[in-house]
Amino acid sequence: MSEMAILSTIDAGWTQSFVPLPVLIPLIGAALTVVFGRWRILQRIISVSCLVALVPISAILLWKADDVGFVVQVGGGWTAPLGIALVVDRLSAMMLLVSSLVLVAVMVYAIGQADEEHSHDAFHPLYLVLAAGVSASFITGDLFNLFVAFEMMLAASYVLITLGGRREQVRSGMSYVVISLVASTFFITVLALLYAATGTVNLADLSVRIQELDPAVQAAFALTLLAVFGIKAGLFPLFFWLPDSYPTAPGPITAVFAGLLTKVGVYAIIRTQTLLFDTPDWLGTTILIVAAATMVVGVLGAISQDDMKRILAFHIISQIGYMIFGLGLFTVAGVAGAVFYIVHHIVVKTTLFLVTGMVDRRAGSSRLSQVGGLVRSAPVIAVLFAVPALSLAGLPPFSGFLAKFALVDAGLDASEGWIVGISLAVGLLTLYSMTKIWSGVFWGVAEDRPVRPPQPQDRFGSPLPMVLATAFLVVVTLGFTVYAGSIYDLSVRTAEDLMNPQRYIAAVLGGG
Amino acid sequence: MTVLIAFTCSVLFACGTWLMMQRRLTRIIIGLGLLGHGANLLLVTSGGIGGRAPIVGSEGVGSFADPLPQALALTAIVITFGVTALLLALGYRSWQVSADDRVEDDVEDRRIERRSASDGHEAPVPDDNDPRAFDE
Repeated sequence: MSEMAILSTIDAGWTQSFVPLPVLIPLIGAALTVVFGRWRILQRIISVSCLVALVPISAILLWKADDVGFVVQVGGGWTAPLGIALVVDRLSAMMLLVSSLVLVAVMVYAIGQADEEHSHDAFHPLYLVLAAGVSASFITGDLFNLFVAFEMMLAASYVLITLGGRREQVRSGMSYVVISLVASTFFITVLALLYAATGTVNLADLSVRIQELDPAVQAAFALTLLAVFGIKAGLFPLFFWLPDSYPTAPGPITAVFAGLLTKVGVYAIIRTQTLLFDTPDWLGTTILIVAAATMVVGVLGAISQDDMKRILAFHIISQIGYMIFGLGLFTVAGVAGAVFYIVHHIVVKTTLFLVTGMVDRRAGSSRLSQVGGLVRSAPVIAVLFAVPALSLAGLPPFSGFLAKFALVDAGLDASEGWIVGISLAVGLLTLYSMTKIWSGVFWGVAEDRPVRPPQPQDRFGSPLPMVLATAFLVVVTLGFTVYAGSIYDLSVRTAEDLMNPQRYIAAVLGGG
Repeated sequence: MTVLIAFTCSVLFACGTWLMMQRRLTRIIIGLGLLGHGANLLLVTSGGIGGRAPIVGSEGVGSFADPLPQALALTAIVITFGVTALLLALGYRSWQVSADDRVEDDVEDRRIERRSASDGHEAPVPDDNDPRAFDE
């Protein structure tokens, strides 16, 4: 693709004005839900319609981004390095579309659960601010704005994770807040040093100017940025806060955190490592080693747990390892596999946590020893669990198998056989812990009394909105299986963009 | 001047880090505050040595201070302020529910502690969501 062809892609026409909407709409919705805090029905209408509106907008952005490559909007009428750039490329647009689907489903689920959503006026505004923060992280083309987007998302998450103020929530929420704040402070420090070294925070401009630095200084920046986002993503050895804090949050909140927040960290790692740095070989190897350790430690942690929520929380970590494995190869096939994996993982993980919430509500507990026989008493929940669980473990024909296959294939092409072996072993252990949940929760007999009274009165095992929201996400996962070919092709085009950062630079700095 | 600021930054970072290693929540919060100040000071300094106020028309372009790091630092300060307020509220809540501002052990720590206390036989571990586990 010639440079001239790229320059012509900048004219994205009317879709340019759509770029800020994924951030603006939830923020306006958040303000409105604060105003109408006393009218729960109005709050629900506002937040559901805001989130539903994001789906077609993201779809249009994805269509346009796939058509022309980049949709760029620069704030305030300035040209690119001066004005604040918002950039939607294929990766951002895919993330936006998937996250908007997940956000809608979890909101409907939370309304159906009528628990946290019902008792706190602040739930809707916070959730919408979280949505805005997630979207902002995906579309920003500026490192400082990435920090602001992270803070927006995290500030909302601090309150959501402690909503209810139970003792255990306050304890684990406190460590979550402190860890995130340390990461943020570290991020500001890196930003300050980067600005002192290059004089810019615009990602495209940084990508050009960082080449003028000494290779050792570049390597230091690459590693510090990896550490900053590694804390958010839950990379080994920075994951320790995750399995402790996520499971104590309310069900739907855990689901959206598990699905989206860590993946925003992974997105930031992929974006910065591919765009900013000419990756030397040793960095790729380092990332692969970190990926292998993340996979192994996550899955071993999961095996030793006996609570459904904690098992799944440890699995988030091992799955992050797969995504980073794809990135660490630094080949088009590897990055394409990573992108496909993220898209698959966001939906599957959220679904599994939503199912856990239903089990928790239905049986009064999510501990394997206190739940049993749900396959007879709540067959709908069993089906909703089985599909994403098999997909997570990577059994054919589900999307998890295709995602893992793409990664394994890329790993063998890059002749990194050792990590392929590790990833396959981790896949087997994942299958083991999914069958452990299945035999404990759905087949087994409860050995212990649950801590809270079970609620068996619902016809489908749970209130209808919860079932429908979860079923919707299961259908989306199955859709990934059916359309895997075209999604993988899209991932390959995404990876080609990511591995050729000059396209991004030309799109942002070339026209503005 | 730059050396003085760099020295101040390092002292703030060192004190903040030390305070965060403590087990009392109040100290951790103060530590985070210091760390945040250190980072913000670094951000202000990253624009190079200061100059005149960056207002167009008051001076020649060359003598301006770089306005961007100041804007960034302002944003960062506001964020640090908001989050510190939230942390204080959380710390207060933690004191309300446990009458102590020490950081509690997490679930795994408690499990290991019980295991060694019961001499190899694992005692039942309280559920995270189990209200009985704490109100005994």
